Amino acid sequence: MTRHETVAGRQRPPPTGASRRGRAGRAAADPSAEPAVVVTGICGRLGRLLLRKLHREARVVGIDRRPFPDAPPDLVHYRIDLRRKACRDVFRRERIGAVVHLGVMHDPRLAPEVHHTWNIEAFSKVLDYIAAQGIPKLIVLSGAAVYGPRPQNPQFLSEQAPLLGAGRISELRDLVELDMLAQSFFWRAPACETVILRPCFVAGSVRNEIHSYFRLPVTPTLLGFDPMMQFVHEDDVVAVILRALGPGVRGIYNIAGPGVLPLSEAIRRVGRRSLPIPHFVARRVLDRLWRARLSDFPGREIDFLRFICMVDDSRARRELGYEPSRTIDDALAALRDGIDEAR
Amino acid sequence: MTVAAEGPRRHVGGSRTRLGRLGREIELVPAPAAILPAAPAAIDRVPSAERREGPVSALLGTLADSLMGRLRRRVDPDFDRRYHAILKRLGPHGYDPFGFNLEYASYALVAAAWLYRRYFRCEVTGIERVPPGRAILAANHSGQIPIDGLMIGTAMLLDHDPPRLIRSMIEIWAATLPFAAKFFARCGQVVGLPENCRLLLDRDEVILVFPEGTRGITKTIDRAYRLEEFGQGFVRLALETGSPIVPVAVVGAEEQYPAVLNLASVARWIGAPAVPVTPLMALGPIGLLPLPTRYRIAFGEPIRLPGDADEDDEAVAEGVRVVRSAVQDLLNRTLAARKHVFW
Repeated sequence: MTRHETVAGRQRPPPTGASRRGRAGRAAADPSAEPAVVVTGICGRLGRLLLRKLHREARVVGIDRRPFPDAPPDLVHYRIDLRRKACRDVFRRERIGAVVHLGVMHDPRLAPEVHHTWNIEAFSKVLDYIAAQGIPKLIVLSGAAVYGPRPQNPQFLSEQAPLLGAGRISELRDLVELDMLAQSFFWRAPACETVILRPCFVAGSVRNEIHSYFRLPVTPTLLGFDPMMQFVHEDDVVAVILRALGPGVRGIYNIAGPGVLPLSEAIRRVGRRSLPIPHFVARRVLDRLWRARLSDFPGREIDFLRFICMVDDSRARRELGYEPSRTIDDALAALRDGIDEAR
Repeated sequence: MTVAAEGPRRHVGGSRTRLGRLGREIELVPAPAAILPAAPAAIDRVPSAERREGPVSALLGTLADSLMGRLRRRVDPDFDRRYHAILKRLGPHGYDPFGFNLEYASYALVAAAWLYRRYFRCEVTGIERVPPGRAILAANHSGQIPIDGLMIGTAMLLDHDPPRLIRSMIEIWAATLPFAAKFFARCGQVVGLPENCRLLLDRDEVILVFPEGTRGITKTIDRAYRLEEFGQGFVRLALETGSPIVPVAVVGAEEQYPAVLNLASVARWIGAPAVPVTPLMALGPIGLLPLPTRYRIAFGEPIRLPGDADEDDEAVAEGVRVVRSAVQDLLNRTLAARKHVFW
């Protein structure tokens, strides 16, 4: 769900493999050092937010293909591709206490096979390293979108609901498969506490689908449809990741925001103007716009504007003690600011 | 229709939703109950609705509001007090998690109140038997178009103290139709899935089921007031959630459309559940209006079935028999007390 900057896919991995910042030499490899938290895809917005909260409490090691220009000095950042052997060396060398996998590429402009291969290959490699090194904790950021917007959906989906998102929206295939891979990892590596988080739409500065959607010059809606939606503030997602890092936490958790609002209200709160289009026309129009590179929102994702895809997060509230600290108005205000900043 | 715990395609006790001129207003309504404070004099717009309106639409809005206010008071002097009682229970944005919005629904509510008080002049007995908290209303289904559901909902709103909004269920198919999907959601209808019923009952709401389903509503006049087979899902639901079942008998709806014939083959051809033919259709379009029969709605003593969620089918079938005979009994008594169809 979280799309990390679009440049990700296009940038070549640096020839040297690893470029390190912060701690000098091999200090980080010192076995007596406190176990590090590895954050993949740390250069994305959510990765940076997480780092800001996390690096005061734990040693953080970042792995990303992208450079991290203004990284804090205590971050050890490896600018490498997750699929490369250099990445395995990082896992071998560092003493690692947990892995937070945010390195999911979501760039609809890339060829789907490139995209898919990268995401799945990279994640399988990460899983292999975790199993080989006996790392005790893995947190995977999936998304509520994996359930897919469908008219048959109950108002609030539980964690047991089947992941049907990829049926109609091919963009979701990566995320669904990633989620499934993580689920099978529960069995493959029972010693590792695996946590899968499925947040609803993450609002704030993060660049994801709803960001692209609300960034359109006018916000298309479907005539006669106004589904209820959930939004969660990015800070709350970071807070959940921190909680999930605690010992003993494992399992799948839906993360819903502080409330629900119909799409039309959300658009009003973000301060956008909506343009209702009949649904049978909308897909074609949006696809055209997308192909002409006039928008970043592919027409296939239109079902999100038509049907509900909301989650029940009572499990996260009960077991993780999750409680959103931001209201839905805060979340949407943050989304508005994020969009203004991107312009 | 049966409350189907087993499959998502069958819908739960819902009135068959036809989208004709009349079908539109039909299925009201939902949401939580409340004890009322002293009532403000008139209804203001929901405070959260800070719309950006032009002068013309603002003027039209004001006109519509004052007209609605008058209509409301004419139809039922107590309407506003009851409206506010329900408004208090909604979230800060005026929406409940199922998409119900009172401001939107109030237009349909006024129409429903008019039908209830003036057109069908409903006579209600035993409504005080509906217990506070969660409950399942199980009613007979009749009259070709589901006005019976609407009238039961209106009765709970206008004649029950405190006013309660009940939820009935729509078919999944209705959630795929533009406008209808939005209209039903805003009026508090939910898609008829067992999960949704469970969610609602866990929130201590009242749901309305028609265990006869389509078989009941489409029957011809010669079989009037003889109950069809009951579905079983609603009993399972009651056992699972510990909800009492209130038998409800609606007398008068059978005669609103005295269907003598059901063109089953035509119905199959156009994909409708039934195509009723009434002698009044000879009068042309006016014959399509339901006759202004007097409705009598009787509520029986709540039935608390023994057992729990794991009861076998035998016990569930026994529960269904108990409820069915209670409804039939209530129906017979109400029918016997009736002096005339129209007054």
